Amino acid sequence: MLQMSEVHKVYESTGSEALKGVDLTINDGEFVFLVGPSGSGKTTLIKLLTGELRATSGTVMVNGFDLQTIKRRKMPMYRRTLGVVFQDFRLIDKMTVYDNVAYAMRIVGAKKKEIAERVPFVLNLVGLDEKGGRYPSELSGGEQQRVSIARALVNNPSLIIADEPTGNLDPARSLDLMLLLEKINALGTTVLVVTHEKELVNAFSKRVIAISDGRIVGDGMDGYYAYETE
Amino acid sequence: MGITLMRPNNVGYLTKEGFKSIFKHGLMSFASVTIIMACLIIMGVFVMLALNINSIINELEKQNEIVAFVDEEYTEARAMGLKNAVLSVENVSSVEFVTRKEAMDSFSEDYENGLFDEIDATVFRDRFIVHVYDIELTAQTKTDLEKVDGIAKVNAHLEYADGFIKVRNVVSIISAVLVAILAVISVFIMSNTIKLAAFTRREEIAIMRMVGATNSFIRFPFIVEGLMLGLLGGGLGFLAVWGLYTVVCNNLLTSSMSGLVEIVAFGGIMWPLLGVFLGVGVLVGAFGSNIAIRNYLKV
Repeated sequence: MLQMSEVHKVYESTGSEALKGVDLTINDGEFVFLVGPSGSGKTTLIKLLTGELRATSGTVMVNGFDLQTIKRRKMPMYRRTLGVVFQDFRLIDKMTVYDNVAYAMRIVGAKKKEIAERVPFVLNLVGLDEKGGRYPSELSGGEQQRVSIARALVNNPSLIIADEPTGNLDPARSLDLMLLLEKINALGTTVLVVTHEKELVNAFSKRVIAISDGRIVGDGMDGYYAYETE
Repeated sequence: MGITLMRPNNVGYLTKEGFKSIFKHGLMSFASVTIIMACLIIMGVFVMLALNINSIINELEKQNEIVAFVDEEYTEARAMGLKNAVLSVENVSSVEFVTRKEAMDSFSEDYENGLFDEIDATVFRDRFIVHVYDIELTAQTKTDLEKVDGIAKVNAHLEYADGFIKVRNVVSIISAVLVAILAVISVFIMSNTIKLAAFTRREEIAIMRMVGATNSFIRFPFIVEGLMLGLLGGGLGFLAVWGLYTVVCNNLLTSSMSGLVEIVAFGGIMWPLLGVFLGVGVLVGAFGSNIAIRNYLKV
């Protein structure tokens, strides 16, 4: 479960207020789109959820962790409850596809046998079971993003946060990827997708939370266009 | 899946990753090893130079002798009997008895023009040529020798002793300061080289953090990598110094300087030197890695 209450974020270096009292609740098992124009506060909100930033005030509770008071040494434990998918994939170039996915299991101390069973399973789930021995540079953008999703999935996280996951993909690949995330959601994982791709959001009947100028300006099932401020 | 800390079964994996990383980042590994090696060669050459200077000074110190003259009244046999008493004086390392006759012969040899040919040996005294362990205690040893019954007079070149002590102290201080400066410069260069290596991998570290790796999990392969590179740099540096020293020694031994200076044998110091080289390599490699990636583990 994800809960944000009266969250403000002011960047000390510039003095700009990126989030202005955000209240947000996402329940377990939901599929949610977070939409908004550039500079609306989407990235700041995601960085608060991944623990890269801390809110200036308010409460951020995710998967039972209070991110306002969490100690630095506990942060890895929190991050293991998340699966994060980035626009630029963020795969380790020097590792094979298999090792990139297995790495997430190794850090939680999984046994070799568990890794040997689980990694092929998730690679199969994302349609890359034949490409475990390849390096990221040998894959297309869509395939790299699938590896990123496999890595996010492999530890059975409670919540997957996908930050502009289709930003580097063509429309057909983007749709495939969203269908994959929908499939993962159907298996019980909460999914939060940050995007500004209107057509894609509107192709799915999912909850859409709109953010603009650091405030939540809409929350419903009405699609992106209902909240468009641009 | 449960959340756990780094388990022992990860140690093998992380060690392997550290080794693999050496080859994956071949160019940076080569740069790190070369830098460690270069720094250790410079330090090693200087240490060998300092050891040889110290050895030469020690040799010269040994040649500095005290002459203890026996009372004129003593017969040669009675004078010789004082040997044990002289030898038992603190700081005395060796004693050589010289008779009046031998002293005169030696004296005459020094002045070949026959100036002293007519002198009778009784003009000279029986004497002991005394060598000491510690040249710094020459003055005290001289006083102690004067207290021995039957010793009438003691001649010691205190000014020479002081000179040797000063030269040795200056060499020791200069050696220590230069080695310390070189060590600091080496660590600085090494740390920067590893920082550069870590900078090229900051993205990799950021990804590891984002998927929930603990700092120790990220740090471990880096430390293994730094340790192995340090060990390799130390070992190669040692071999280079060994080779260089052997070449220089061989040239000296076949040159006109042969016999003038006693060169410290490499075999006598090779194991301690190897230990120091490997130790410095390992410390610089492991600590350098740790320092270098510290900045990237804070987010």
